[in-house]
Amino acid sequence: MSGQHGDLAGDHGELPVAARVRRLEERVIAAGLTTDAELDAVLARLYRDASPVNGARMAARAWADPGYAERLLADGNAAAAELGFGGAGLSYRLKVLANAPGLHNLVVCTLCSCYPVSLLGPSPSWYKSLAYRSRAVREPRAVLAEFGLALPEGTEVAVWDATAETRYLVLPVRPPGTERLGEDELASLVTREGLIGTAAV
Amino acid sequence: MSLPPGTRVRARAGDPGHHTRLPRYVRGHTGEIVECTGEWPLPDDGARGLVPPRVEPVYTVRFPAAQLWGEGDHVVTVEAWESYLEEAG
Repeated sequence: MSGQHGDLAGDHGELPVAARVRRLEERVIAAGLTTDAELDAVLARLYRDASPVNGARMAARAWADPGYAERLLADGNAAAAELGFGGAGLSYRLKVLANAPGLHNLVVCTLCSCYPVSLLGPSPSWYKSLAYRSRAVREPRAVLAEFGLALPEGTEVAVWDATAETRYLVLPVRPPGTERLGEDELASLVTREGLIGTAAV
Repeated sequence: MSLPPGTRVRARAGDPGHHTRLPRYVRGHTGEIVECTGEWPLPDDGARGLVPPRVEPVYTVRFPAAQLWGEGDHVVTVEAWESYLEEAG
């Protein structure tokens, strides 16, 4: 693995994992515990409505409606349900972290790759990389700089490691000059990276 | 034990011989309770097939980077089941 230090994008180490997962699936199927069709159905259900568009809509609503912002920060699950996300409820506790002038939040899962899939879609490969997971907690400013995000001097950085049952979503600061935009236009400004904290918006 | 926000806690230092969800980088370090997130089954028990697993409060705990790494001005929060923590006084 030497020579890969600092490489947040390409992680070819994922490939042997995929092969191991497939071998495990074959063993479980051979033991009669499940079927390929059942596994496919689980994944299809998981990803059917999962998209960063959902998280972006929540951020845009929060910018447009201070009352929603307040509810979002107080109870992420209830606020997600208000917009129709999670159906009978998200399968995790959702905690929304509000960025502010002088405060930037960054989300990581150092143990694996925990992340609110239903609100952000499948996680990007860099989020699962050993480099991101180990460096985000150790030197977040350097990591953010590599993502092209230079924080104003004096900005406090808070890193949230999702080690248990909470999944985190960052609420970016509303960009200046967007006062006249409607909610749909605001939502189109929000990126998956902004909701993880590796981008400003 | 229910730990209010602001309580100073130390993450347990030992390395258990089974699955745990306490990241190694906080073990033995002192942080501060941010909030209690609810009660959840202890994964250490679940992974060992202990039935029923213990159910414990899970806390968000904030550590200064300088405490964890000897450098850095950021803060890092992890979530910790109650038995991962001891009061630091």
